[in-house]
Amino acid sequence: MTTQVVSANRLDNGRVVYLAPSGQWIGALSEAEVAHDATAAESLLHRAATAIIDRLIVGPYLISVTAATGRPQAERLREQIRATGPTVAPAHHDRAA
Amino acid sequence: MVAIYHYDDADRTLVRERVAQFRDQVDRRLSGALTEEEFRPLRLMNGLYLQLHAYMLRVAIPYGTVSADQMRVLAAIARRYDRDYGHFTTRQNIQFNWIKLEETPDLLHDLAQVDMHAIQTSGNVIRNVTADHYAGAAADELDDSRIYAEIIRQWSTLHPEFSFLPRKFKIAVTASATDRAALKVHDIGVRLHERDGAPGFEVMVGGGQGRTPMIAKTIRDFLPEHDLLSYLEAILRVYNRQGRRDNKYKARIKILVHDLGAAAFAAKVEAEWAEIKDGPLGLPEAEVARIRHHFQPPAFRDLDAPNSLHVAKARIDPAFARWLRINTHAHKQPGYAIVDVSLKPVGGIPGDATADQMDALADIAAQYSFDEIRVTHTQNLVLPHVEEGALHAVWQALGRHGLATPNVGLASDIISCPGMDYCSLATARSIPIAQAISTRLADLDAQEDLGVLGIKISGCINACGHHHVGHIGILGLEKNGQEYYQLTLGGDPGADASLGEVIGKSFSAGGIVDAVEKITVAYRALRTPGEAFIDAYRRLGPAPFKETLYAAA
Repeated sequence: MTTQVVSANRLDNGRVVYLAPSGQWIGALSEAEVAHDATAAESLLHRAATAIIDRLIVGPYLISVTAATGRPQAERLREQIRATGPTVAPAHHDRAA
Repeated sequence: MVAIYHYDDADRTLVRERVAQFRDQVDRRLSGALTEEEFRPLRLMNGLYLQLHAYMLRVAIPYGTVSADQMRVLAAIARRYDRDYGHFTTRQNIQFNWIKLEETPDLLHDLAQVDMHAIQTSGNVIRNVTADHYAGAAADELDDSRIYAEIIRQWSTLHPEFSFLPRKFKIAVTASATDRAALKVHDIGVRLHERDGAPGFEVMVGGGQGRTPMIAKTIRDFLPEHDLLSYLEAILRVYNRQGRRDNKYKARIKILVHDLGAAAFAAKVEAEWAEIKDGPLGLPEAEVARIRHHFQPPAFRDLDAPNSLHVAKARIDPAFARWLRINTHAHKQPGYAIVDVSLKPVGGIPGDATADQMDALADIAAQYSFDEIRVTHTQNLVLPHVEEGALHAVWQALGRHGLATPNVGLASDIISCPGMDYCSLATARSIPIAQAISTRLADLDAQEDLGVLGIKISGCINACGHHHVGHIGILGLEKNGQEYYQLTLGGDPGADASLGEVIGKSFSAGGIVDAVEKITVAYRALRTPGEAFIDAYRRLGPAPFKETLYAAA
């Protein structure tokens, strides 16, 4: 199986978060806890279910990552964009006509 | 007084009670009294989605009409609750991308202060009613289509029978031979016209885009004004009873109309209508007059002699002359013009506007356009009532805020959905493709030479970027983890609507920009003098364009 981390959105503000080894839900994918097998992935989801009950997060799911550098990076573009934000700069105040 | 529907006490009470109700629902969600499964339909009923990065709130702008005061509140919301910008959509609404659930009740409270809300901007209900963005101003219109759009809005708002339809439902209204509202790709399109001097409606049903695009079928050529709501009610009743609820991909009314056939569907509507046409939904003339009163033309000055100041300025300033040619349109009132405000700067994000730009627009509208602004389904804005003598000043004021790009209707006036940069449903990015194409085709002389050319981009099969009706349509897909872009040609959203044809195998992100440019080069070579792109395509078919794209491959 691929290596995975669990991601979700915070309930209160909707921001993208990942479960860290500390048990905290953090914004940095690179600091997320990595599951290397199915049992570990199941454990991540189980802890996420607890976080739902605690009203911290919504919609947790596993995402595939590569961890070649020791820090997880999302495999799919969609998850890369979730991790780092839109690839386009929002409207600027100083647009020229 | 600005020509907009003015809430009465009942309207205000309804909206404020809804804010209080949602505040309680949010409190209960945050306290754990409601689960996400219980809360999700409640937040969607208030336009609040959970998107890729955060909550997104879609605010209703009925038929795209917004006052200067309302625009200022939208700007303030962008600053206080978002990241200083908002995104105007193909449904004449505005979306805010970075909303916090815990702040949403306060945001809705702020909206309610200027008679705005997010009710029915999501869910399987009748959504925001859209209309001709030049309504009340266009020289070619028969009447102000917003009058009927507002009547439909009032009928459809919190309609108890239609709060759980099989799927979402979109209605558009025009009152002109020129279709500026894409009627034929709506669940219902309503077009006001005249017969023997009396007004009535052509009713089209079953259009739509998404994964199964279809052109609406006319099921009534001429419906008397009095019968508008009872007939719409009959259509909705047939759909509500017989539309599929077992498969969300087959649940839109277009599937029902297609499966039954337009004639059989119409017969069912007529049978239903016969039961209710003489009931309470008949439109009394007095009620139409009451609504019409809200849309009285503003206090235009009586400008007998044409003001030639803008003509003189245009003679000495080619940039102003270009903007006049491209971004202004004929007004019904002598001495006035309609001004298109482009939200498509070269390399920009289609439909985005900063809080500062919204405030600037509000100021300009207050000074020059009787406090009125319109949102177009092509993701631009409109100042509907500008004195010709003020056009130069308006152009300069817009230009100071990056709002005077003279490209409305041209190749760089691209419709684009938010795509995978924001949307949780998307399969590919669309904004970067729009940016790259508008940059590649930026030369304004070349764009004018190309003429009217609608490039429309969707980041998934749901087609929010209207690619099916793009002269050049682009659909972003994911294959094996890579973004690919499918090209369609020959779509058109107008009165002679057509769906684009897939032209061949898809392109990479870089390749699609080259492909679009090649299509424009081929069109230039193949057109007859004065022939628009869509007319050339309809004459020539796909073959020469396919050859251009794939022959050397």
